[in-house]
Amino acid sequence: MESQFQFDWQAAINSIPFLIKGIPYTLLISFGGLVIGFVLGIIFGLLSINKKWFFKWPATAYIEVFRGTPILVQVLFIFYGLPDLIGGPIDPLTAGIAAIALNSGAYISEVVRGGVQSIDRGQTEAGLSLGLSRTQTFWSVVWPQAFRRMIPPLGNQAIVSIKDTSLFSVIGVGELVRQGQVYIANTFTAFEVYFVVAVLYLAITLSLSLVLRLIERRGLASV
Amino acid sequence: MTQIVKMKGMNKYFGKLHVLRDIDLTVEQGEVVVVIGASGSGKSTLIRCANGLEEFESGRVEVHGHALSPKGGNQQALTAIRKEVGMVFQQFNLFPHLTVKQNIMLAPKKVKNTPKTVANATAERLLDRVGIGSQADKYPSHLSGGQQQRVAIARALAMEPGLMLFDEPTSALDPEMIGEVLDVMRELAKEGMTMMVVTHEMGFAREVADRVIYIHEGQIVEQGKPDDVFDNPRNERTQAFLSRVLVR
Repeated sequence: MESQFQFDWQAAINSIPFLIKGIPYTLLISFGGLVIGFVLGIIFGLLSINKKWFFKWPATAYIEVFRGTPILVQVLFIFYGLPDLIGGPIDPLTAGIAAIALNSGAYISEVVRGGVQSIDRGQTEAGLSLGLSRTQTFWSVVWPQAFRRMIPPLGNQAIVSIKDTSLFSVIGVGELVRQGQVYIANTFTAFEVYFVVAVLYLAITLSLSLVLRLIERRGLASV
Repeated sequence: MTQIVKMKGMNKYFGKLHVLRDIDLTVEQGEVVVVIGASGSGKSTLIRCANGLEEFESGRVEVHGHALSPKGGNQQALTAIRKEVGMVFQQFNLFPHLTVKQNIMLAPKKVKNTPKTVANATAERLLDRVGIGSQADKYPSHLSGGQQQRVAIARALAMEPGLMLFDEPTSALDPEMIGEVLDVMRELAKEGMTMMVVTHEMGFAREVADRVIYIHEGQIVEQGKPDDVFDNPRNERTQAFLSRVLVR
């Protein structure tokens, strides 16, 4: 049977104003979550390379649990499961941000660990031999170099997390995909609308890639 | 004379490997002690024990009057010693994210709270002294190996150390750059800096050292004035080592 399908450009264009309303939520959840995730990543990444077991083990457990379970399960657990525990509802936006934060935090922990461990021991020895304390050596010598190496994988994680927010349509956050679903329910133009949704995601991630490339270039220019 | 370094019955293990055995060693103020020995003999480990970059398992180590405890105890002494002891590494270990001048200013600013203008002036003076004043605002990766090592020396000197440790400072350099680094070290020695130098540069050792120490399998088997050690080694291990490195 030959398909009678024709891409309806008008329907695609008409959907844009409605779909765009989802972008602030997509950005809020992803960047809000990533900022918290970055803080978690620094804390747990550094704890995971600590020699003392009571720092290292809990950090490793956190990383393994949140890397080893699907983010969809995590957000469902937070949104539907946690209210039973805390005795009150959690709004979908908070649940979404929390899921991105905890999930990206686990991956960023590994990025931080890898970045810090990639810095030659000689750098630490040079810092210590100059009389800097361990803390001063870490933050003035090791961290700035490690952070520079962390930029590409951090950018990668940001892009992954932005796309992960699409899963949160299941808990009813009005982000991009959710907006698309609502719009399609009224217009039945699934092909066009999901096409526009995809293009909008691509616009976000490509802009981010561009910014990251500029940052990388500036960072590397000085070394 | 003041003894800057006092080691007494010091032993050091890497796991089961006994890398330093009953080390007794003193270094007087203004003395240049050159440590020689085959690779793996423990000579680098020995000088790294003098600023606590390596822990030792038993014995006594005292530097500038601060006594280090075995197994890295006594953090206070460690901190005090590191402020007074400079170190130059085989691989330079300059901070690649900082300019040459920032490399030199970092420790005075952070450790001694030296005002920026003072630290800046000191850095410029030291860079002139090691002959690379014009490179102050470059990053280390834009410098040759010899220049980088001279920056590393200036960086250590910025803390006004009473003792300088050199851990094979010319071993990673191209042959044509070894001379410029040794020149700076020679100047330092002339100015009366107390120095412990691990090196394979036997010509430098003979010329600059007040005392040469030969280490074999973690033990000091011979020490004395360079002419005595090089021309009339008493220990047969020293003789064997020197015949390998001096005959070309």
